[in-house]
Amino acid sequence: MKRLPPQAGEWIDRGKPLRFTFEGIGYEGYAGDTISSALLAAGVRVLGRSFKYHRPRSVLSLANHDVNALMQVSSCFSVPNVRADVTPLAEGLRATAVNTIGGVARDRARFLEWLAPFLPVGFYYKAFHKKSQFPFWERVFRRTTGLGTVDFSARRKGSPKRYAFCDVLVIGGGPAGLAAADAALRAGARVALVDENPRLGGSGLYNLGGADGERQAEETRRLAAIAAAGAVVYVSSYAAGYYADHWVPIVTPGHVVKMRARAVVVATGAYEQPAVFRNNDLPGVILASAAQRMLARYSIAPCKRAVVLAANDDGYRAARDLAAHGVEIAAVVDLRGANSRGAVPPGTLVLEGHGIHEALADSQGALRGVRVAPLARDGTLDGYQAREFECDGLLMSTGWAGAAPLLYQAGARMEFSAELQQFVPAACPPGVYAAGRVNGVHGFAQKLRDGAAAGRAAAAQSRKPGSVDGAAPSCRQERAQSGMPSHPYPIFAHPKGRNFVDFDEDLQLKDFFNAAQEGFDNIELMKRYSTVGMGPSQGKHSNMNAIRVLAKILGRTPGEVGSTTARPMFHPVPMSHLGGRGFMPERATPLEGRHAAASAVWMPAGQWQRPEYYAVENQTREAAIRAEVAAVRGAVGVIDVGTLGKIELFGRDAGAFFERIYTAKFAGMKVGSTRYGLMLDESGVVIDDGVIARLGEEHFYFTTTTTGSATVYRELTRLNAMWRMEVGIVNVTGHFAAINLAGPRSREVLAPLTALDLSEATFPYLGAREAQVAGLPARLLRVGFVGELGYEIHVPASGAAHLWDQLMKTGAAHGIRPFGVEAQRLLRLEKGHIIVSQDTDGVTNALELGMDWALKMDKPFFVGQRSLEAMGRLPRKQALVGFTLDEPDTGMPKECHLVIESDEPAGRITSIAHSPAVGRVIGLALVAPALSKVGSTLNIRIDGGRMVRATVSETPFYDPKNLRQKQPETA
Amino acid sequence: MPWRLLRFALSKKHPEPRMFRAHAELKRSYDVVIIGAGGHGLAAAYYLARDHGITNVAVLEQGYIGGGNTGRNTTIIRSNYLTPEGAKFYDMSVKLWQDLSEDFDLNLFYSNRGHYTLAHTDSAMRTMRWRAEVNKHYGIDSEVVDAAAVHKACPMMDLSCNGHAPILGALFHAPGSIARHDAVAWGYGRGADQRGVEIHQQTKVTGIEIVAGKVKGVHTSRGHIATSKVLCAVAGSTPRITKMIGIDTPLFIHPLQAMVSEPLKPWLDPILVSGSLHVYVSQTARGELVMGASLDPYELHNTRSTFDFVEGLSSHMIDMFPFLADVKVVRQWAGMADMTPDFAPLMGKTEVEGFYLDAGWGTWGFKATPASGKTMSYTVANDRNHELIEGFTLDRFRKYAPTGEKGAASVGH
Repeated sequence: MKRLPPQAGEWIDRGKPLRFTFEGIGYEGYAGDTISSALLAAGVRVLGRSFKYHRPRSVLSLANHDVNALMQVSSCFSVPNVRADVTPLAEGLRATAVNTIGGVARDRARFLEWLAPFLPVGFYYKAFHKKSQFPFWERVFRRTTGLGTVDFSARRKGSPKRYAFCDVLVIGGGPAGLAAADAALRAGARVALVDENPRLGGSGLYNLGGADGERQAEETRRLAAIAAAGAVVYVSSYAAGYYADHWVPIVTPGHVVKMRARAVVVATGAYEQPAVFRNNDLPGVILASAAQRMLARYSIAPCKRAVVLAANDDGYRAARDLAAHGVEIAAVVDLRGANSRGAVPPGTLVLEGHGIHEALADSQGALRGVRVAPLARDGTLDGYQAREFECDGLLMSTGWAGAAPLLYQAGARMEFSAELQQFVPAACPPGVYAAGRVNGVHGFAQKLRDGAAAGRAAAAQSRKPGSVDGAAPSCRQERAQSGMPSHPYPIFAHPKGRNFVDFDEDLQLKDFFNAAQEGFDNIELMKRYSTVGMGPSQGKHSNMNAIRVLAKILGRTPGEVGSTTARPMFHPVPMSHLGGRGFMPERATPLEGRHAAASAVWMPAGQWQRPEYYAVENQTREAAIRAEVAAVRGAVGVIDVGTLGKIELFGRDAGAFFERIYTAKFAGMKVGSTRYGLMLDESGVVIDDGVIARLGEEHFYFTTTTTGSATVYRELTRLNAMWRMEVGIVNVTGHFAAINLAGPRSREVLAPLTALDLSEATFPYLGAREAQVAGLPARLLRVGFVGELGYEIHVPASGAAHLWDQLMKTGAAHGIRPFGVEAQRLLRLEKGHIIVSQDTDGVTNALELGMDWALKMDKPFFVGQRSLEAMGRLPRKQALVGFTLDEPDTGMPKECHLVIESDEPAGRITSIAHSPAVGRVIGLALVAPALSKVGSTLNIRIDGGRMVRATVSETPFYDPKNLRQKQPETA
Repeated sequence: MPWRLLRFALSKKHPEPRMFRAHAELKRSYDVVIIGAGGHGLAAAYYLARDHGITNVAVLEQGYIGGGNTGRNTTIIRSNYLTPEGAKFYDMSVKLWQDLSEDFDLNLFYSNRGHYTLAHTDSAMRTMRWRAEVNKHYGIDSEVVDAAAVHKACPMMDLSCNGHAPILGALFHAPGSIARHDAVAWGYGRGADQRGVEIHQQTKVTGIEIVAGKVKGVHTSRGHIATSKVLCAVAGSTPRITKMIGIDTPLFIHPLQAMVSEPLKPWLDPILVSGSLHVYVSQTARGELVMGASLDPYELHNTRSTFDFVEGLSSHMIDMFPFLADVKVVRQWAGMADMTPDFAPLMGKTEVEGFYLDAGWGTWGFKATPASGKTMSYTVANDRNHELIEGFTLDRFRKYAPTGEKGAASVGH
């Protein structure tokens, strides 16, 4: 194949040659070429090998469906499954065919075709499953399956995403789409236009057909210029899918544009369909439209001598296009009967009522000729009367299948038109319009009219939803003028087979009969058993013929057989485009810099990073944590608790609202006091806990767990919407910083920074105050989570660092020390305080926690109360208990090690640590009620299956009377 | 090349009979009617016929065999559950799975790949240990492993997950497997059919006849059937059936989505699950990466797809496997998951005599197929709940006795 002389409108730039290699051999193409077109121009006939039999294959469509010419393309790293038919050529590009062993020419896996008789449809279900042998066979399968190869050195990529909006989105820039865009623009709409080719125009610029072709091309160019001037145009881009409410992701070469349209015109055209006959997969057998693209776009003659298989006008147009470029036409073979022929160049042999009995291969496996046979009355071919024609190109033009996936996804009702032999939309949902071939409208002038009507309707709909009824297609006339674009059954049996229905999966005609014979005789089961349509092109060239075959088998119409669901993606989309740049929010408290300066070792806590402990030079992690604990118990420590959720409630019903959402009682709660509350779900399961402060009659401020803040806020908002109480809820988690100052010396540290009277009498344990601290407006809560005198100080986030510095300064003399999450975990464990989600799980109810003091069952209502009442009458399933380890030297249990009783699991450790204050290993465990009495023995199974013993004990382990947190000031 | 494929080459006609007979008419009555010809319904039919000798059974299917969640899941099979009830039940299931291909004489591609549930946080490591301890107690092969072991199993993975969520370790479950999901339904269907069970596709149940609290018959789009026993195995459509007879269940239907890549030369051996990143992934024998994430966060009785699903999942896939940036997603789809509040199934007898539920399969139904068939067939045949499903009955919610499996779900919820 050689390049034709330069012509107007060709896509290649002959001034810019590009060098590249295929299978290690150097070639040259032009800028504007695709990999396939450059190879075809260089005379390369075999571009790939098929999936199952490794048969030689080449271009079929040159329209992003050439799954048998997938390539592994390398530049700095290697990309699998590149579609050579549409991928632009680049200087220095290196390509190899996927799915070969030892290269496309001498593929050692080609022997698989000899085994074809042993490998009927679904053969892998029928053997290889003996248990002893399956692993061997599986390794064999896993060596031979798959297409391209993943390059582990490929680098991480994430392309940015864009959001866009328009009144009318037109998908497809062929004649119908251009006419739609033009009409919508005229109506004043903001129009976006998407086309998968690098230039607008579609078939208007290649399906020329000789005489009036130039006039059509001229009109197409005129409309394309209007669209380019007036619309936002995305070329080399495709709509990946249609999602609810006109949400259409447009995949451009560099990124995804997420388009929200007011109305959508689907003008995606149609996939030309192959005919099915013996050796219809040989390199050289192509769709007629592919030949026209080669001619017009890349100035390549698809062959020297062609046979055209036609069953519609398009075939004759293609023949005329070939002739116009000097390609010799051996014959036009028309599947239709007499008097159906179209115009052909003088002297062209036309064989009406004939079909291709088989295509013939040369030594390379490419097309060298065809055997043409007359059609019998029953639509079969009479092989005995076949005549041979020499040719190196066979163009198939026997029918179309609408490119309708987007319409299916939008919820259009599709019906089979017997006149058109095509599934066409019978009704589209509001705001969705079909135009052109996908709408069953063929023919240039008809497509323009249909497109313009759709564009006008879409523009009107976008101005005023509901103004246009999209349900009834207004294209009856255009459809009626479309002739018979598709043959009802261009499918021919052959005793030797190799008549492929699905090129992706190497499925032959007999496979469908055999699958049906085995009971897979509806289209969905047929698909799943035979794998038709499951390959990378998702059945774009096989589904329609599969439906026809099944209809034939069942004696029904294609409409009765129906089609399978067309799911997104329209074409495969790279994960880097879908993933985008990724979004993993990470939050930092305003004290992050202070922690870092103090050598914090970080740990994740939900979206936050928190100091696990502060490293000390020449000290182990354990020693550093011990020192932090000692500081809190003996003097004073500070911990950043700014990650706690912080929510504010205002309004007349705020108190009543809290009654409902927390287990504590709020009715008599004084302004300036706090309460501890458990939050339950309706089944009584503990979902969160926190401290609620009443700052005013109608003003509350409360904390949630670190990970719970967003979910609690969302749930409260939901409940408030449901209950319609007079409450305003504000999530102020990020607005406030919070520092817990804890330890016997904390009052002395705080006193110099505030005018507030800190005496136990005026600001007692569980009190809440608003005051100035270190010059900042602050909220102070007397809390006792770690079991010492303590103040949780909440200030505006911007003042956090200042407060921290001041506390460290005044605390220096008292031995102040920052402490991290690990120290806090131990300190609270010594007090027996729970951590929700560590000491509880998704089914732990409040009764099982031994915290009955926090459950005010005499309230009229709180979420979960009814469940607790019901469960209160039932035997409990488990109880949370404290324990001490009997003989610490025998082995240290870990959290979630099991308690075993009578050889059955009877609970698990939820928290455990060595307590310096108690001098023993202490912990919490959820255990069977029988084991929950103080003094019971717990047998714990630890790593290695060894058993250690522990004894259930009272909590708190430390300061059981809770005196230290109420410690009065020293006189 | 196995000898048994020889007959295909030697025989002129395709030497295979139908896997399932077609029946022109419904009979007037059956001993048992099973609603739903997915894996579960067909498995129950198979074991009713094989183990209990009850063959006068009709399986009614509004669509086609295996067309619901049986054909929509990501085919992962495992038994590393958290509760004793769950662990025992799924352990039975895995053991049945291992013999199923030979039982059916149909290759299900039951592929033992090993299953890693990745832990990115302290608290996840705690949950892994809990599951491992429960599993080991019941003889199930699960073990907590460190990050180095994960690296060894999948050396190409970025253990830092792009710095977002470093992997601390994993729960390794050696029996974790995948299988060819559709074939499971076909195998059970063929086995049931061979034993006399009738499978009626494109037959919709329109009502259930109850007299004095007992099942008397079923109304269908093809006429009335008399029966005293109905087994409902319709996953996401369960509320539509239970509404017909006025049974209340705590089921919520959420969509669960999945997606698949183009075929690639196999490189990913184990099954990997990350709860934190909402990813589960395995590579099929065809070379496709099958990927799932988490339940859609709202109720919806629909199988539509969303774009944000593929966006989020792809982003997290690239966090774990940066080199997949240029690998393409071919298709996405969705199923309807029937979720229970405690993430354990809803099985067994109900307040209506003769009406049996096999539901609540949420995101964990495929792996349960054999055990569910086995236990439900026992329950229907004997009108007595099988001992392995006593923790899964509907009345547990009335008794406030949930079987908490939330911690063992690999899907984010």
